[in-house]
Amino acid sequence: MSEVTGKTSVRCHVNGVEVTLNAYPFARLLDVLREELDLTGTKEGCGEGECGACSVLIDGELVNSCLVPAAQVQGADIRTVEGVADGERLHAIQRAMVECGGAQCGICTPGMVLAAVNLLNRTPQPSEADIREGLAGNLCRCTGYMKIFDAVVQAVKER
Amino acid sequence: MRAYLPAYEMVVPRTLGEALGLLREGAGVWRPFAGGTDLMVLLEAGRLEQRKFFSIRHLSELRGVGESDGVVRVGALTTYADVRRSELLGRLFPMLGQAARETGGIAIQNRGTVGGNIANASPAADTPPALLAYDAEVELVSADGARRVPYAEFHTGYKQTVMRADELIAAVLLPKPPEGAQHFYRKVGTRRAQAISKVCFAAVASVEGESLAEVRVALGSVAPVVLRCRRTEELLRGRALDEETLRAAVEEIGREVTPIDDVRSTARYRTRVAQNLLREFLSEL
Amino acid sequence: MSSDKNIGKSVPRKEGRAKVTGAARYVDDLRLPGMLHGVTVRSPVARGRITNIHFGEGIPWDEFTVVTARDVPGANYVALILNDQPYLADAVVNHAEEPVLLLAHPDKYLLEEARRAVRIEIEPLPAVFNIEESLEPKEVVWGEDNVFKTFLVEKGNVDEVWNSPDVIIIEGEYRTGAQEQLYIETNGVIAEANSEAGVVVRGSMQCPYYVHKALVKLFDLPEDKIRVIQTETGGGFGGKEEYPSMIAGHAALLAWKSGRPVKMIYDRAEDMVATTKRHPSRTRHRTAVTRDGKLVGMEIDFVVDGGAYATLSSVVLSRGTIHAAGPYNCPNVRIRSRAVATNLPPHGAFRGFGAPQSIFALERQLDKVAAAVNLSPEELRRRNFITKGETTATGQVIREDVDLDGILDRAFELTDYQARRERFARENAGARVKRGIGFASFMHGAGFTGSGEKYLQSIVGCEATAEGQLRVLAASTEIGQGTKTVFAQIAADALGIDYDSVEVVQPDTADVPNSGPTVASRTTMIVGKLVETAALQIKETLKGAGLVGDTFTQDEWTRACAEYINTHGPLKTHVQYQQPGDIEWDDEHYRGDAYGAYAWAVYVAEVSVDTLTYEARVEDFVAVQEVGRVIHPILAAGQIEGGVAQGIGWALYENVVWRDGRMSNGQMTNYIIPTSADIPPIRVHFFENPYAGGPGGAKGIGELPMDGPAPAILNAIEQATGVAFDHVPLTPEAVMDALEAAAVAST
Repeated sequence: MSEVTGKTSVRCHVNGVEVTLNAYPFARLLDVLREELDLTGTKEGCGEGECGACSVLIDGELVNSCLVPAAQVQGADIRTVEGVADGERLHAIQRAMVECGGAQCGICTPGMVLAAVNLLNRTPQPSEADIREGLAGNLCRCTGYMKIFDAVVQAVKER
Repeated sequence: MRAYLPAYEMVVPRTLGEALGLLREGAGVWRPFAGGTDLMVLLEAGRLEQRKFFSIRHLSELRGVGESDGVVRVGALTTYADVRRSELLGRLFPMLGQAARETGGIAIQNRGTVGGNIANASPAADTPPALLAYDAEVELVSADGARRVPYAEFHTGYKQTVMRADELIAAVLLPKPPEGAQHFYRKVGTRRAQAISKVCFAAVASVEGESLAEVRVALGSVAPVVLRCRRTEELLRGRALDEETLRAAVEEIGREVTPIDDVRSTARYRTRVAQNLLREFLSEL
Repeated sequence: MSSDKNIGKSVPRKEGRAKVTGAARYVDDLRLPGMLHGVTVRSPVARGRITNIHFGEGIPWDEFTVVTARDVPGANYVALILNDQPYLADAVVNHAEEPVLLLAHPDKYLLEEARRAVRIEIEPLPAVFNIEESLEPKEVVWGEDNVFKTFLVEKGNVDEVWNSPDVIIIEGEYRTGAQEQLYIETNGVIAEANSEAGVVVRGSMQCPYYVHKALVKLFDLPEDKIRVIQTETGGGFGGKEEYPSMIAGHAALLAWKSGRPVKMIYDRAEDMVATTKRHPSRTRHRTAVTRDGKLVGMEIDFVVDGGAYATLSSVVLSRGTIHAAGPYNCPNVRIRSRAVATNLPPHGAFRGFGAPQSIFALERQLDKVAAAVNLSPEELRRRNFITKGETTATGQVIREDVDLDGILDRAFELTDYQARRERFARENAGARVKRGIGFASFMHGAGFTGSGEKYLQSIVGCEATAEGQLRVLAASTEIGQGTKTVFAQIAADALGIDYDSVEVVQPDTADVPNSGPTVASRTTMIVGKLVETAALQIKETLKGAGLVGDTFTQDEWTRACAEYINTHGPLKTHVQYQQPGDIEWDDEHYRGDAYGAYAWAVYVAEVSVDTLTYEARVEDFVAVQEVGRVIHPILAAGQIEGGVAQGIGWALYENVVWRDGRMSNGQMTNYIIPTSADIPPIRVHFFENPYAGGPGGAKGIGELPMDGPAPAILNAIEQATGVAFDHVPLTPEAVMDALEAAAVAST
């Protein structure tokens, strides 16, 4: 068996709350969020940065949390799907995803919501091409994407 | 996650000097870790053999785009997102922006770095053909100092480079392309986004009168390394762009590539598409 | 008073809020105290004898729970149809990735070290990897002749037409590849098991009672000692129809032996290489057509590759067989079909269930037939579309109004088909990017085939609470398609109560009756009808008790429920499926009413083909269908769009690369499904023609959209390139080969 290293302590903010994580340095942020913090909204779809189900925002940037080792989030400001709504009040994109049928099985939805939040933060009036590109790292097998595009368009109108 | 996590270590050096010090502890004892978009995939599959890493992602002196003395310097830790946002690169080296835009999705572009893409040494990477066509140099640093290597000489074989074990990629240096140069970049992937290249074509040329004054052609995914097509360039340089030249160049590039069949495509396809793209590029000049 | 307050309206999805906030709990989001993690050690070779299992050094093996075939308490097979597939291979393996050994440990990282340290030594045996090798047979690997199942459908006498001087005969052969369902949530379960309490399994699945049935046999326990609970399920598409019985059994065996809960979640690589895929197929057509375009004879030979074990192949074959002659009125038809064994991992259910394969072949063949008689593809079809009173290949008389001409008209109008087809024909000659437009017309039967529903005897319950909440009790699962929402709409309108006062209970075999599997486009039409009936019975009960009249307000409903329960006890009803009297099916001769109802459709695809890179791309897509009544417009359109996207993937991108019987591109990076950048605008149009047998007039729609895209796309590519391609997936590599061959042939 291999030589063993210890866990390391990582301090960061998750959804605005300061937390201290105890994790192996190479633990995936995805697993740390789910297992240490019980923030299970962030999903694993592929484990290799291909499907986007594990998308979160780190310091305002969209990333795949399956590709981020715990040691690299020291001091980071992390936002997960659990931190997108303002208390009971859903974010415009969350409301639109429900109303437009953008969520079917729901497993890609948290990542899709964060990709859409990231898109709207950076491009408040996205074109259709912007929407397609902004969501291209998030695979959905249920919807064929049309209803997700509708949701983004509706969220833009509402804001 | 198939890796045995307790076996993997990552330290976070405070400075570049500390990082370079770690590289001196012995050949391959510590290896750098930047955006992780390749290494974490190997970890997930249980195939990451290296166990000790140091993170360099936060070393800001290795990130960013600047210009001095007619040379543009792209720090190794510059992300694809940074490349896309750089007005300077967009103006002078438009193929880099195109390559960055076509690498992974937004989340990958936020993490993946220019230096990491080179260090990973995959022949299917999207930025390297553009760097080759732009005649880039790579700046390597170690505790002993820095040196520059033409990027065309950087990759020596499949996943092999000229880097010494104690060196780190500091930057990519780009000479300004000739005035009026034409740029042609085309990634042929398995789909429109989030795809690995089956063929990646990048070329720069300038025409004087009826003939080609300067031409540089590079290809990804057609050989064990990203390929600068020097024989094809040689054949084209100074020649008039008539059908005879086109045909000869298309034939030559067909001989110059050495692609393979794999799960993504076939050797025949890669060769033929490389030829078609060369013809298209030359026809548009 | 059966109102239409909800049916036909896009009410909010029941579990929508939980899904967009991340609150919805899928199986991997659950943890039980003392839980272990479990993994499967699989065969590295396709066929052979197990000679030894070697446990490597450096692993604290005494900390591990290890399960082999010898630990199975009951029967070592996955109870389904033929019961030929073992839970754990014993002595021989018949496909790569076949489960041989199970391991459990609290530390999932150490568990992976242990999995790597187990070496299964196998003496290889000759194997077969495709339909030709199996039929030859290169080697007999299953039964006496490698054949799982055959069907023969006969209508008229096709042998008499071939020699007629008045017909033209056209032959063709068509192939389709394996396709991975690629639900974004991989297969996973958590099991608890011991000899006193029995077995409890929670997991991602389509059919809780399939898992229940399999576990009863595996553990040799009474039915009430097995409990199966569906957790929120991240997509299925058929991929979670039968496979959950396997993974649930594995986790339960580990739990049984260890005495602790065991969670088993496949990672993507394991899910892709080890679990079921769409059956690859080969279809041969021989068609006789008169010079004026009337189909007079169709002989169809349809073969599917079932993989190493029978699993659901016979049923997949059945649906593919019945759909093979399409929505056309042809007097003489013979369809002979076979499901054969190979040493690939078993192929299984995937949206469409055999029909997309045989419809692909037919809709390509008909374009070829049209060309042979100098008719346009649409004119040939118009001359043969089935209409009311005519019969399908199985002799089923169509009793409903069918207007395929009208559906075709609408699809052409929405795409401006004629003008585009003419323009592309004009402009393609010198163009680098060539364009084409094509279509497919088809039908899809809803519900189980033939007497399937009669044998299933599905049951649904409804229960009202004293607070006026109506609980719908069914084993039909919400897997993204909207079961909970649609059932609530149906029940609410049957009673005339608020949508919000209906709760559709999460399937748990301890609480809900067996309403059958969530497959075959049957949930809305068949089970939904039972929901409607059960809800109406609740109303009758209240009326009978004199607590309500024919109509009532929400407050009156709530008061009536409270009063009834106070006086009489629980207000609960169960109803069971009764086959409508006019449905007749002869299982032996495969004749009669194959399905209670069909959905009818015409799909049009516009494509571009880049002659530099040989990439085909779908530029525009229109899906027009008649589906009875649309219960929920947004959910229904979502089903169609999602199915079309999967169909585009199957047609152009999704290529399973096999090497020695193993999938060698089992990663999302190399098995390519469409992204948001690859899907064209998809326009969906519904014609409504209420079906008396469905709730509120609805028919099934889930599988329909998988049938049309592939042939429509290849028909369009034929216009663009002039090449009649005959297989999917159609990769750029194949397009290149064909275009080069055509160029050589023309010089």
